Amino acid sequence: MKDMNPDDISGEYREHTLTYQDGTQRKVLVTENETPLPDGRLIVSRTDLNGIITEVNQSFVEMSAYHKDELIGMPHYILRHPDMPAAAFKGLWETVQKREKWHGYVKNLRKDGGFYWVYATVIANIRNNEIVGFTSVRRKPSRIKVTEAEALYQTL
Amino acid sequence: MTHNFSVSPDFNPSHISGWYIFNTWLQRAISENIHLELYNDFESHRNAIATDQLDLIYANPYDAALLVRDKGFVPVACPENRSDEAIIAVNKESPLVNIEALSEGTRISSTDDPDVRMMCMIMLEPAGLDKNNTALNQRDTYVLVAKDLLKNDADIGFFLEETYNDLSEIIRGQLRPLVQSEIHVIHHLLLAGPKLASKRDEIQQSLLSMSDDEKGKGVLKSLNFQGWSAVEQEDTEFMIDLMDTLTE
Ligand SMILES: Cc1cc2nc3c(=O)[nH]c(=O)nc-3n(C[C@H](O)[C@H](O)[C@H](O)COP(=O)(O)O)c2cc1C
Repeated sequence: MKDMNPDDISGEYREHTLTYQDGTQRKVLVTENETPLPDGRLIVSRTDLNGIITEVNQSFVEMSAYHKDELIGMPHYILRHPDMPAAAFKGLWETVQKREKWHGYVKNLRKDGGFYWVYATVIANIRNNEIVGFTSVRRKPSRIKVTEAEALYQTL
Repeated sequence: MTHNFSVSPDFNPSHISGWYIFNTWLQRAISENIHLELYNDFESHRNAIATDQLDLIYANPYDAALLVRDKGFVPVACPENRSDEAIIAVNKESPLVNIEALSEGTRISSTDDPDVRMMCMIMLEPAGLDKNNTALNQRDTYVLVAKDLLKNDADIGFFLEETYNDLSEIIRGQLRPLVQSEIHVIHHLLLAGPKLASKRDEIQQSLLSMSDDEKGKGVLKSLNFQGWSAVEQEDTEFMIDLMDTLTE
């Protein structure tokens, strides 16, 4: 995956190098700009068995600040924010592989370096008793829950 | 053999005759005897589903999961360009300007429509509200929900968008939407049960060509539908997965 491009970033940023589960490394550029999720919206995406994005809805595209064709076919970690602890995603994958529902508060990284908080649910898509992919739906969290999650994630 | 058809009890009362007209049209189109039974409440409708009395259902997304995954129903079609969206409304004079301004103890007025209830409770989450720190008034109709707001017997009211827009001018003029869902992918749909499964393609074809002739157009008008769109198994599975992420 390509490093983030300084030309895409609005405002001052800090640099991080993330190493993903599959060994890929990527330089990400991070600002302190938060974009709140508008009320009444849901952000929806689906992935294949390996977490490669296969479908996104309009709210997903708008909140991520990417174009749709920059997202489809990419690993879902394209949204991974350096402030998110690896343990959270490990828990996500273990839970959905067991065909259970995963819930969590997630800070996601936008193409412009900013971030947005969501309350996410991920489930396995089961067809004929086999897992064929995963679906995630995110909604707007309360400020209190975000503050709690921020504090917790700093300790992990 | 007569088949039994029913409509999710959140149907708009002004479309009751429309559903009877639709049923007459459908029986001719597929040469089957179909009896329409409209239930006034969700409990008796659920009962009919549980005891396998229904063969054709215009179902809400909430019931679709049970019908498709446990009862062997297959998707046929859904109304064109129409998704289920919800509105949380307040009295026009209310000082509330957004969801985050709501506090614990908020008085809610709602019908027992499970779909709308779910979407609206989700829209309250950003304010830290849930069923444990709010007070719910359950009403039989959306008009009664509106009246609770007019009389200040509730702070917020839950509505299906369509029924909110169908409220009389006088009532709606005294209300204000606080927030409106934009989910797009959750909708009612027509499902055929095991006994009608062999007729599924035929029913679908008839529905898709409904807007081609004057008679069909008239029926659609009486339901306030623009037309029907085909729904395939995977479309429905996706919607059910989505509903699953939204329910406890
Ligand atoms: C359906 C689905 C949705 C996901 N959504 C996100 C997301 O919004 N943000 C995110 O950082 N990771 C998301 N993940 C997890 C990523 O696949 C990945 O595990 C995570 O970004 C951390 O990367 P890593 O596991 O390679 O370290 C999702 C996974 C699945 C299966």
